[in-house]
Amino acid sequence: MESLVINLLNGISSGLLLFMLSSGLTLIFSMMGVLNFAHASFYMLGAYFAYAITGWLGFWPALVLAPLLVGLLGAGFERFSLRRVHAFGHVPELLITFGLSYVVLELVRLIWGPSAVDYRVPAALEGPMFTLAHVKGQGLQWIWGMAPESICGVATGASCTQFPAYRGFMAGVALLMLGSLWLLLTRTRVGLIIQAALTHPEMAQALGHNVPRVMMGVFGGGCALAGLAGVIGGNAFVTEPNMATSVGSIIFVVVVVGGMGSLAGAFVASLLIGLIQTSAVTVDASLITLAHQFGWVVGESNPAYPMLKITVSQMGPILPYLLLVLILIFRPKGLLGNREE
Amino acid sequence: MNFQRRALSLLLVTSLSAGAAMAQKGETVKIAWIDPLSGLMANVGQNQLRGYQFFAEKFNANNPAGVKFEVISIDNKLSPAETLNSLKSAIDQGVRYVVQGLGSGAALALSDAISKHNERNPGKEVVFLNYAAVDPDLTNSKCSFWHFRLDADTSMKMEAMTTFMKEQADVKKVYLINQNYAHGQQVSKFAKADLARKRPDIQIVGDDLHPLAQVRDFAPYVAKIKASGADTVITGNWGSDLALLVKAANEAGLTAKFYTYYANFGGTPTALGKAADGRVYLVGYADYNMGGLYTQYANEYKKRFNDDWYTGAIYHAYALLSEGMAKAKSTNPVKVAAAMEGLKFKSFNGEVEMRKTDHQLQQGLFVLGWQKTSAKAPYDVENTGMTFSKVRYFDPYVSSTPTSCQMKRPS
Repeated sequence: MESLVINLLNGISSGLLLFMLSSGLTLIFSMMGVLNFAHASFYMLGAYFAYAITGWLGFWPALVLAPLLVGLLGAGFERFSLRRVHAFGHVPELLITFGLSYVVLELVRLIWGPSAVDYRVPAALEGPMFTLAHVKGQGLQWIWGMAPESICGVATGASCTQFPAYRGFMAGVALLMLGSLWLLLTRTRVGLIIQAALTHPEMAQALGHNVPRVMMGVFGGGCALAGLAGVIGGNAFVTEPNMATSVGSIIFVVVVVGGMGSLAGAFVASLLIGLIQTSAVTVDASLITLAHQFGWVVGESNPAYPMLKITVSQMGPILPYLLLVLILIFRPKGLLGNREE
Repeated sequence: MNFQRRALSLLLVTSLSAGAAMAQKGETVKIAWIDPLSGLMANVGQNQLRGYQFFAEKFNANNPAGVKFEVISIDNKLSPAETLNSLKSAIDQGVRYVVQGLGSGAALALSDAISKHNERNPGKEVVFLNYAAVDPDLTNSKCSFWHFRLDADTSMKMEAMTTFMKEQADVKKVYLINQNYAHGQQVSKFAKADLARKRPDIQIVGDDLHPLAQVRDFAPYVAKIKASGADTVITGNWGSDLALLVKAANEAGLTAKFYTYYANFGGTPTALGKAADGRVYLVGYADYNMGGLYTQYANEYKKRFNDDWYTGAIYHAYALLSEGMAKAKSTNPVKVAAAMEGLKFKSFNGEVEMRKTDHQLQQGLFVLGWQKTSAKAPYDVENTGMTFSKVRYFDPYVSSTPTSCQMKRPS
């Protein structure tokens, strides 16, 4: 029972981090039609900037400053290079973001070196957020913070599982961001203009709104969101130059599965993929165990044995991509997408 | 001044080599180091490269063969395919001695490629000193005359680990978590076989294989270990795969004991921290607090690089090479390889032997435990205030395992 709760929470928190990353990507795509290949690089920059600022001013200023800095860089990139190639169509745009991802990778390697940097969770957020204690004969108990020795001590024989505070923080920031983004887009004037520019750019321009500036803002904002994800994800996991490539492909999966340009779709898909990734690890069944259920015993001599014996937990890393392929075949517009092309 | 001294030493060396019988004296031996300098394992690679440069300096000042070592580093990105390109580039640079250790997948590819190269290019042979890849296949079914292993292989380490575990009554449920490639699969296989033989009462409650150097979030794995009710975890993980696993385990409050191969690798001791006091064991061929050469060099290395010297086999590599060259009176790889077979030499952990039948170094093994530094065990690992202190020592014969190697020697 407690492992189910923990697994669920692990899945949700990593799903929410994915959402922070992919929301920017999907916003930029729906707005400008640009598939930003360098999006994950802004995530990496967020982590590295936060690492640098943490060493100088501390973690909390970094939480604000690093995403702002990344957002400024993103806006600058849009203003001075993406806008210029915009006139030539989508392929040059794609190529220029592709090139940017390599430039960022090499720059990061040059400045901070090829190996991981020591970017840590702040002391205030270390330790458990709550402990689930399974006390013998008493069922499950929920204790905030560290459980006292009287419940979880070695002598009591209780099984206790902690949920790290930082994961809770990660989920909290993501939810806060989701809420404010939703409010911004639906309840403010800025949001209205963005939505108008999204669907009817010429009309919005004719009404006197500076659509290119809106686009620059959206691009910068999307990058800032990726940067924020980097600030939080960088110390939860590892900050090193390959962190961009490791999430780069998965956020495209999120965006495609959720539906290109759909923020709600990205949210659902992120949670789905977060949960798939964490829960797949816990399943040890393989096709052989399935065959056993039907009374069919597969021996080691069977030529298909090496393939059939692969367990779901080993397949975990490829499951999101499998989902991507299935979605593209059966529902090309994505889960909540509304593009009919 | 510097020039004068160099000229003088050159003069000295040339006059010596002209007169003496030792023709190799004064020759420069290029060693290609082929291991990752990028990616998640880059910090481990950097530490080891620095180790090779550090000991090149030490051995250049004084070694039995009187040769000079020069280290060339090539980044293989931990990939077997990239390793073969690296080998090609090393051979093009005139390298005849290759060292590699991180990743048995790369080691298997390298050993195979070197055997083929040597067969096709007589007179241009290359010798491979494997300092850390521990897949037993390298000295069994896939053994090669050109491959020499300086670490203890998985079967040996598991023999020592399980001999120690046999006496630990609190071990009842064991969970295996390993990297999904040659090395991790072998650890899992040998752990199951050895435990079944020595402690049939122990229950294996989990056997996981995860991708090598790709997992960033180990929380789901730790939740799974926790749910299995395991009191002991056996893992051959190294580098980020162990550091992140341990970090996630600490965060989730997992209290199982960890039996590891590589808990001393860069980054992992910091992740262990004080929280893991008394819960982590390590099987290896060296002990920071053993005194003698190892402690002396570990302290010197730490002073210079503010990092731990955890790969003792680097010392073995230079000791074996220079002893072999002195014995062969040459730096010719064919002669040196033949001389190194069956060679007994003194290293930091006593007299060791390069077994002739399979080129596996026979050496004693330590079981070390993670605990606070003390007067008896003062070496401070990664400035954590903690150390790996000796719990047991096994003489070479205890962990020596038989081999099925049928070595093909050049005629």
